[in-house]
Amino acid sequence: MDTIIETINVTKSFDGHEAVSDVSLKVSKNELKSIIGPNGAGKTTLFNLLSGQLKPTAGEVLLSGEHVTSLSPTYRTRKGIGRSFQITNVFPNLTCFENVRLAVQSKEGVYYNMLSHFTSHKKINDLAHEVLSTVLLDSKAEELAKNLAHGEQRKLEIAMLLALDTEVLLLDEPTAGMSIEEVPKILEVIKQIKETQNRTILLIEHKMDMVLDLSDSITVMFNGALLADGKPEEIMANEQVQTAYLGGLYNESS
Amino acid sequence: MNKSTIALIVLVIGLILLPFIQDSRSILILMTQIFILGVFAMSYNLLLGYTGIISFGHAMFFGIGAYSIGLIMRYYEPTYLYFLFAVVTTLILTAIVSYLVGLLTLRLHSHFFAMFTFAIAGLFLVAAEKWRSLTLGNDGITFKIPDFFKDRVIFYLLSLGLLVLAYLFFRRFTQSPFGKVLQAIRENEKRVESLGYRVFHYKIIANVISGMIAGLAGIFYAVSLRFVNTSVFSTEITLDALMMTIIGGVGTLFGPILGSAIVQFAQYSLMDLAKVHWIFERWVILFGIIYIVVVMFFPSGIVGTVKTWFTRRNKQILGKKKPEGKKSMESSKADAMKNILKGEVDG
Repeated sequence: MDTIIETINVTKSFDGHEAVSDVSLKVSKNELKSIIGPNGAGKTTLFNLLSGQLKPTAGEVLLSGEHVTSLSPTYRTRKGIGRSFQITNVFPNLTCFENVRLAVQSKEGVYYNMLSHFTSHKKINDLAHEVLSTVLLDSKAEELAKNLAHGEQRKLEIAMLLALDTEVLLLDEPTAGMSIEEVPKILEVIKQIKETQNRTILLIEHKMDMVLDLSDSITVMFNGALLADGKPEEIMANEQVQTAYLGGLYNESS
Repeated sequence: MNKSTIALIVLVIGLILLPFIQDSRSILILMTQIFILGVFAMSYNLLLGYTGIISFGHAMFFGIGAYSIGLIMRYYEPTYLYFLFAVVTTLILTAIVSYLVGLLTLRLHSHFFAMFTFAIAGLFLVAAEKWRSLTLGNDGITFKIPDFFKDRVIFYLLSLGLLVLAYLFFRRFTQSPFGKVLQAIRENEKRVESLGYRVFHYKIIANVISGMIAGLAGIFYAVSLRFVNTSVFSTEITLDALMMTIIGGVGTLFGPILGSAIVQFAQYSLMDLAKVHWIFERWVILFGIIYIVVVMFFPSGIVGTVKTWFTRRNKQILGKKKPEGKKSMESSKADAMKNILKGEVDG
C-alpha cells in the first residue's frame, strides 16, 4: 500500500529533554492508525511535528513522498494534513456555526473575499450546517463557543477538522472530556469516515479498549520512542507492550 | 429589515436635517468633529476590536492625512484638483506606511507591536517638529481650502457622508469571509493558522485598510480647522481613538461612533462648566475616572453591554420553550455499548 505520511528519524528535544526521539513511522494511505502510550510518551508532540506546530530538532517529515518538514501549519493544512487538538482550541467568542464555517471557507479556498456578505456563500453555509449535524451540534449552531459545555467544545473541535475535509486527519484524543454517552456517537463518526475509504486517520487515544476494534494498526509510544507498531492483535500479544503500558493499566483497572 | 437598521436610518435622516433645524454654529462644528473622529475611531476599532492588534501609533495615519492636505493646499493652490491630489497622496502614503509598519512589526506580538508603533508614531511627530522649513514646527500652518468646503453646513453633510460610507463599508467588511477570518485571528491566531489561513497576510491587509481610512479622517480633520500642527501626530490622538472605542464598545460597529459622541460632548459640556468649579477645566481628570469605571465594570463598552443584555433577554424568552431531552434512554444505550466495547477487550 502507498505510504502517505512518513517520518524519518524525527527527534524533538526541549532543552535537552527528548520528548520524541528517533521516531520512524510509516502510515499507509486510507488506514486508521492509533497511537497509544502512557502520559508523557510524546504522542501529542509527534502530532505537533506532523502538523507543523513544532519543527523537529532532527529528522524529516514526508507527505506522499514530499518533504514538508519546513512548511508552516498553514501550508501543511492546505496540502492535506488537518488536525484536532487535545486541549480544546476553538474561537470562543464566535458562534459554533461561525467556527465551523471558517474551516469550510478555508477548504473552499475563499480566503480574501472582503466585500461579499457571508450569507451569499450558500455552499459554505450549507456545508457548515451539514458538518454540525454530523457531530450533533446543529441545535447549538448560534451559541457562542465559549458557552458550550466541555464535551460540546470537543465535538466542535472535531467538526472543524471534518469541515476542513483533509486527506489526513490527525485526531488528538477526540473523546477526552466527553460525557460517557457521547463517546459512542463520536466513535461512530470516526468509523463512518473510515468506512468511506478515502481518508487516512491518525488517532491518539488513551483508552485502549476504544481503539482496538477501530484501528487497522496500532503504534505504541513509550518515553518518546517507538515501542511497537503492528496490527491490534500483534500489539495485544506483544510482551514488551504489556509490561510497559497495558500491564500496568490493566492491573489497576481490574 | 430589522429594528436596528431602521433606527440607524432614522438617526441619519435626523442628522441630515439637523443643520436646517437649529443654527448654533458651535453645535454644528462639534457634530462635524464627532463624525470625523468617529471615522477615525472606527478605523482603530478594525485593528483593536476585530483583529486583536493593539496599536499605539494610529495617530501617524491621521497625521499623514492632515499634513498632506495642509501642505498641498498651502504650497500649491487650494483648487479642487489639488484637493483630489491630496486625497490620493494620503491614500498612497498611508497605504505604504501601514504596509511597512505591518511588515516590520506584525511578527512582533501584542505589547511589542504596541511599543513599536508608539515609537514609529513618535518619529513622525519629531519629523513634523524638526522640519521647520516645511511644517513650521509646532506653530503649525494655516491654509486655504476650496470655497465649497468652507460652508459649514456643506462640510457637516460631507463629514456625515464620510461617516455613513465608513459605517457601511465596515459593516459589509466585517461580515465578509475576510472579516470573519480577522475575528477568528482575534480569538485564536494559532488555530487560524492550522485551518490553512495565512494569518500574516490578513493582519497586513487589516493594517493597510485601517491606516487608509484613518488618513481620510485626518484630511477631514485638517480641513475642518483649516490649520494643522504637530498635535495631529501626538499620542493624545491615538488615546482618544482608544478611549472612544473602549467606552463605545470594542468590536462593535456602532461603538466607536457612540464613543466619539460621548467623549466629545462630555469634553464640550465639561469645559462649559469651568465657570462653576475649576475642576471642570481639568476635564481630563474626570475622563480618567470615567475610563477606569468603564474598563472595570463594562469591559465590552456601552454597545457591547447593551447587546449582551438583549441576547440574554431573548434567550430567557426562548429558554422557556425548550423541550426536555430523553436523556435517560440515551445514556442507558450508551452504557450498553460501553459494556460491549469492554467485553471485547477482556475476551
